[in-house]
Amino acid sequence: MEIFWYIIIAVILVVFFVLDGYDFGTGIIHLFFAKKEKDKEVIAKSAGLFWDSNEVWLVAAGGLLFMAFPTFYASVFSGFYLPLIIVLWLIIFRAIGLEFRSQFKFQMWKDIWDTSFGVSSLLLALFFGIALGNIVRGVNLGGVENGVSVYEGHYFFLPLWDSSFSPLSETPGVIDWFTIIIGLITVVTLAIHGANWVILKTNSSINNKLKSIIFKLNIVLAALTTFSLMVWQIVNPNSLDNFINKPYLIVFPIIYFTGLFGLFFIKKIKKDIYGFALSSLLIVGGITSSLASLFPVILPSVNNVNAPLTIYNTSASEYGLSVALTWGVIGFILLLVYVIIQKRLTRGKVDKMDYGH
Amino acid sequence: MEDMIFYDRLQFAFTITFHYIFPQLTMGLSLLIVYFKWKYLRNNIAKYNNAAKFLMKIFAINFTMGVVTGIPMEFQFGTNWAKFSELTGGIIGQTLAMEGLFSFFLESSFLALFIFGEKLMGQKLHFLTGVLVFLGSWASGWFILATNAWMQHPVGYEILENGKFVLENFSALFSNPWLLPAFLHNQLASVVTSSFVVASIGAFYILRKKQTKYGKLFLKTGVIFGLISSVLVAFPTGDWNAKNVAKYQPAAFAAMEGIFETEYAGAEIVLIGQPNMVEKKLDNKIAVPNILSFLTHQEWNKQIPGMDQFEKEELPDNIPALYYSYHIMVGLGTIFIGIMALALFFLWRRKLYTLKPLLWIIMFLVPFPYIANITGWYVAELGRQPYLVYGLLKTSEGISPTVSSGNTLFTLLGFVALYMLLGLLFLVLVGKTINEGPKPQKH
Repeated sequence: MEIFWYIIIAVILVVFFVLDGYDFGTGIIHLFFAKKEKDKEVIAKSAGLFWDSNEVWLVAAGGLLFMAFPTFYASVFSGFYLPLIIVLWLIIFRAIGLEFRSQFKFQMWKDIWDTSFGVSSLLLALFFGIALGNIVRGVNLGGVENGVSVYEGHYFFLPLWDSSFSPLSETPGVIDWFTIIIGLITVVTLAIHGANWVILKTNSSINNKLKSIIFKLNIVLAALTTFSLMVWQIVNPNSLDNFINKPYLIVFPIIYFTGLFGLFFIKKIKKDIYGFALSSLLIVGGITSSLASLFPVILPSVNNVNAPLTIYNTSASEYGLSVALTWGVIGFILLLVYVIIQKRLTRGKVDKMDYGH
Repeated sequence: MEDMIFYDRLQFAFTITFHYIFPQLTMGLSLLIVYFKWKYLRNNIAKYNNAAKFLMKIFAINFTMGVVTGIPMEFQFGTNWAKFSELTGGIIGQTLAMEGLFSFFLESSFLALFIFGEKLMGQKLHFLTGVLVFLGSWASGWFILATNAWMQHPVGYEILENGKFVLENFSALFSNPWLLPAFLHNQLASVVTSSFVVASIGAFYILRKKQTKYGKLFLKTGVIFGLISSVLVAFPTGDWNAKNVAKYQPAAFAAMEGIFETEYAGAEIVLIGQPNMVEKKLDNKIAVPNILSFLTHQEWNKQIPGMDQFEKEELPDNIPALYYSYHIMVGLGTIFIGIMALALFFLWRRKLYTLKPLLWIIMFLVPFPYIANITGWYVAELGRQPYLVYGLLKTSEGISPTVSSGNTLFTLLGFVALYMLLGLLFLVLVGKTINEGPKPQKH
C-alpha cells in the first residue's frame, strides 16, 4: 500500500514538473532571449494561460503527501523551512507577474512584471533543483551534534548554507556545491523544456534561434550531467546499489539519456512536439532516476545515529491508506481527463488566444 | 518556546485572514453567476449573460489571489505545525487531500472553460461549466470545514501509544455533528459577502449614472440575495452553531458570550460591554436578563455555566478577543438584516433606485460583510484554544520543534510585505474591472 501511494505521488510530481516545468522554462527563455515586445508578450502568454492549472498538480501532490506520509511531510516541510517559504514567495511573484503584465499598456509596467516573471522562474528552477539535490544528498536527521540528537530522530532543520558549502560537512546546509550543481542542471533542463514549449506554442520571431540555443544548452547539460554523476558517488556512495540489485530500474536513467541524446538532433527535428517530448523525457528520467536510486528511502540521513526516512516509517495507518485508495484513484483519473480536455481545447499556437484573466 | 508559539500563530492568523478575503467572495459569487446564467438561458435577454460574464471576471481575479495565497496555507501545516501534521495527518490529510484533488481542480479547470469556451460549447454547456465552478468552490468549502470540524469536535479516530491519531472511521469525518451547521453557516455568510459586493457595484453604477441598466440589475439581485442570506446566516444556521458550541465547547461558549459568573436562575444576553480580565467582570455592560438561556435551551431559567466553572487551562487564552469577535459578528449580522430589509421595502415601493442616502450606504457597506466573516472565523478558532484538536491536543504541542522564532518572524515579515503589495495590486485590478463594467458583446 505504501508503494502504491509512493508511485501515485511520484507520478503526480513528475507530471507537475513536466507541466509547470515548461512555464518555469518559458520564464527563463523570456528573461534572457526575448527582446521584442511582441515576442515578450506571446512568450509570457504561453505560460500565463496555463500556470494555474499546472499548479493544481503541486497542490494535489502536497495534499496526498500529507495524507499518505504525514511524518515525512512534517519532517521535510519544517526542516526545509526557509527555502520552502522562499519558494512560496517566488510562486506568488511569478503569478502576479504573469497575471498583471497585460493589465496596463505602459511599457514600464510591463517591464516590471516581465522581470518579476523571469527572475522568479529562474530562481524557482534553481531552488527546485537544489531541493532535489538535498533529497539525494540527505540531511542531518535529528540535528546530531557530537553523536547526540538534539531533536527527535525524524526532525531536522537546515540553514540556507553552512560556512563550508560542502555536502560532506557534518551539518550540510540547503545550498552547497553539490546541490548547486543539481540546481544548475535543473535550470538548464527547464530552459530547454521552456524553449521547446515556446517553439511548440507560439509563432515568436526567435523560434529558429531557440533551436540553436537548445543545442548549445544541451552540450552544457551533458557536461553537467557527467560531472554530477562523478561527484554523486562521493556525496552518496550507495547511489548505484539499487540499480545493481534491481537491474530493471535502469530504465529510468535510460529515459533521461534518450532525451539528452535526442536533443542533439533538435535542428533536424521537423515536428515541434517531438522536441518537447524529448525534453519531457529529461524531466521524467531525471526525477525518477533520483527517486529510484534512493528507494525505499525518501530522505537519507548523513549521520549514523538516526535511520533514514523511508516510505515505511513515515506512512499513515493501513486503514487510512486503503480508504483513500477509493477516492484517490477517482481523483487521479479526473485529473488526467481534465489535462487531456484542456490541452485539446487549447491546442495550436497561443498567439491569437484570448487572455482569460 | 512561548515566542515560537506566538509567531507561528501570528503567521497562520495573518496569512489565513488575508487568504479568506478571496474564497468568501468566490464561493458566494459563483452562486450569483449561476443564477444570472440560468436567467439568460430561460429568457434569452443579453444583459443577464453579460452580467454573468462580468462577475466571472471578478471571480477570476479573486480566484487567482485565492490560489496564490492558498498554497502557503497548505504548506504551513508542514512548515510551522509539523508536530500537529505528524500526529493528525492520517486524519485531516484525508480531507485536505480531497480538497486539493477534487474541488480545487474542479474549480480551476471549469473556470478556464467558462472563460474560454462560450462559443465553443454553446449556451447549455456554458451554463453547466458555471454550475461545476459553483460545485467545485462549495465542495472546497465542504472539505475545509470537514477538516476544521474534526479539530473542533474530533470523531472517528483512535490515539496510538506514541500519540498519533489514526483514522478509524472515514465516514464519521463527514457525519460529524459539527460539520453541517458550520458548513451552511459559512457558505451563507459567503453569499452575504458576494450579494453585498454585487449590490454595492450596482449602487455605484446608479450613483455615477453610467451603466445604470446593469446598476439596477445588480442592486436588485444583490438586495434580494443579501436579505435572504443575511436572515439564514442568523437563523437557523447561526443558532445551530451557537448550540453546538454550548454543547461541545461550554468553556468557549461562556467566554464568547462574556459570562464571567454563573447565574443560577438563567443567563442574561450581553449586548455591549468590555471584558475586564483583572476584576473578572464586564465594564459598561448592557444586558437583557434570561434571553441567553432561552435562545440556547428554550427555557428561561436554565442555568448556563459561566467562566467561573472552568479551570484556567480549559478556557480560551484570549477571552477579550474571542468576546469582541463574537459580538462584532453578531452585531454586524443584525445590522445587515436591517439595512437589506429596508432596501427591499423601498425596492418593492419602487423608490430604491432614486433613494440616494440608502444607495450611498449600500455602496460603502462592502467592507463589513468581510469583517463579519473573518471575525466569525476568529470566534471558531479562538474559541477552540488552547487546543488544536479540542480537548486532546494543545496548540503548544503542535508547532514545528525545529523552526526557531527568529525564522518564523523573518517569514512573517516577508508575508506581510508581500501581501501588502498583493492587496494593493488586487484593489487596482478589481477597481479597473468594475470601472469598465460589463460590456455588451460586439459581433
